[in-house]
Amino acid sequence: MNSPRSAAAAPIAREPTLTERDTALGRWMLAPALVYIALLVGFPFLLSMYYSLSNATVGNTHLQFAGLDNFRQIVQDGTFWRSMRNTLVFTIVSQVLVVILGKILAMALYNDFRGKWLVRLLILLPWVAPISLGTIGWLWIFDPVYSIINWTLRALGLIGPDTWPIWLGQPDLAMISIVLVDVWRLLPLATVIILAGLSGIPQDIHDAAHMDGAGFWRHLLRINIPLVMPIMLVALLFGIVFTFTDMIIVYVLTRGGPFDSTQVLASLAFFTGVPGGDLAQGAAISLFLFPLLVAVVILLLTIARRAEVT
Amino acid sequence: MRYAATPGKRWASGFGHFLVLAAFVVFTAFPFYWMLITTFKSTLDLVNTSSNPFLFNLPPTLDNLRVLFFDTQYIRWVLNTLLVGFIVVVITLLLAVPAGYSLARLSGHWGKQLAIGIFLTYLIPPTILFIPFSRIVGWLGLQDSLWSLILVYPSFTVPFCTWLMMGFFKAVPKDIEEAAMMDGLSRFGAFWKVVVPLSSAGILTIVIFTLTLVMQEFIYALTFITSSSQYTVSVGVPTFLVRGDVYFWGSLMGACLIVSLPIAVLYNFFVDRFVAGFTVGAVK
Repeated sequence: MNSPRSAAAAPIAREPTLTERDTALGRWMLAPALVYIALLVGFPFLLSMYYSLSNATVGNTHLQFAGLDNFRQIVQDGTFWRSMRNTLVFTIVSQVLVVILGKILAMALYNDFRGKWLVRLLILLPWVAPISLGTIGWLWIFDPVYSIINWTLRALGLIGPDTWPIWLGQPDLAMISIVLVDVWRLLPLATVIILAGLSGIPQDIHDAAHMDGAGFWRHLLRINIPLVMPIMLVALLFGIVFTFTDMIIVYVLTRGGPFDSTQVLASLAFFTGVPGGDLAQGAAISLFLFPLLVAVVILLLTIARRAEVT
Repeated sequence: MRYAATPGKRWASGFGHFLVLAAFVVFTAFPFYWMLITTFKSTLDLVNTSSNPFLFNLPPTLDNLRVLFFDTQYIRWVLNTLLVGFIVVVITLLLAVPAGYSLARLSGHWGKQLAIGIFLTYLIPPTILFIPFSRIVGWLGLQDSLWSLILVYPSFTVPFCTWLMMGFFKAVPKDIEEAAMMDGLSRFGAFWKVVVPLSSAGILTIVIFTLTLVMQEFIYALTFITSSSQYTVSVGVPTFLVRGDVYFWGSLMGACLIVSLPIAVLYNFFVDRFVAGFTVGAVK
């Protein structure tokens, strides 16, 4: 957005004149943070790759190089592929829902109305509350005996006296429940990001469209959605990263059950590596999360560059 | 909403708007409302399946909260969390504020690339790092100690906060610093005495943001901590209070609600800055 101006102004604008002392000060001010990040993100990451190629367990102290053995064992394990499939289903379904609902909600919140701050606070609650605690609220809502959902469905006559869904105990329902809680949790983030994008559209464009007699749908499809597209993509990418790598919802609600039907890669890595004590396999499983993260990062950088060019 | 022409249509569109918002608010806020009701219900009322669960069929009670505060280690966990949060905030400020300034003003052309690189490390999730960390924490002899969390948490607070601070510092007009330096302050003096006070809103934002992240963190605490007296709230409640077949739902819901609400209200004041930080890098 800033480029036509900055391109024209570039030759006139002063180049930032940094003295040598400034540059040295800059390095000193930056160094502590960089060192901390290198030691506590970079180093463990390398260590994780090393473990995935070794025979590390919680007990042993003599690590032996094991080559690709861990990966070979993992890809022969049915549970792994099941978790991979669950992770993809979980991520794709929940994020499609989050983006669609987030867009609708952002449009509903766009205009001012009385009590807007309260509505916004209530809508933000799921994102702000600690995930593990919010999910416990759902554990109670999905309770096999006292589920408020079942009580309400029965009171409304939507389910008969003989049906009583066990939300977290039946494979299909368990997956639906987990997707529902993930949508609940990430909808606020997507909504506020998309809302920021909507507010960035200049009012002139809305006015011009109105003058030209564009109706609601035309306005939505030709102006609203295209202009907000990049920012919707950003919301989507963050949502994908947070969902794909998350294990908290699964851990609190089902621990991967029933019969691994809700096991995801992150929770499988945890159960293998920490309670199971097999650090090497746990590390190898968790590294399967990495390619997707790289893809997301490349996309984010592409969007950033395009935003600078156009 | 601006398309509605006649009063009747306008009323209908306003009503539709209200319905959409109401549906979303019910979806997002219902679990918290449900926590609130459950907290004050007596156990007898909770387990009576024949009565309407939305109402208090027996008088409300404070018993659940009494159990939570006096018969569990809940208060201890809250204090643990606040202690960890406080120290992590200090570390984050010490590292991220100077780094943000350096990237905003003192690092020339490569500053932007480096800043994006730092921001992206925020995307490397705990689920990839917790296994190596469990070993590192063991080497350092910090297993089962809050210090393990204090050491590790800045690894995700510093990248994002550096990025946010860079944004805030860029918004401070350069003339102000230059004037301060004309008056005889060094570059660092200008940063410390002029720019930092001007950025107090930004600093407050990263304090809140860091606290929220610490409150929410789950995986590291679950991995490193084993004894119940060292838990933080987000792990202590789901692992220690949810045990076996006997659930103390009233106390459990109270435990979740008491921590969630204050953070939610605080956070609400800062959410716009937070979103700006999230999107500035990707979309102008």
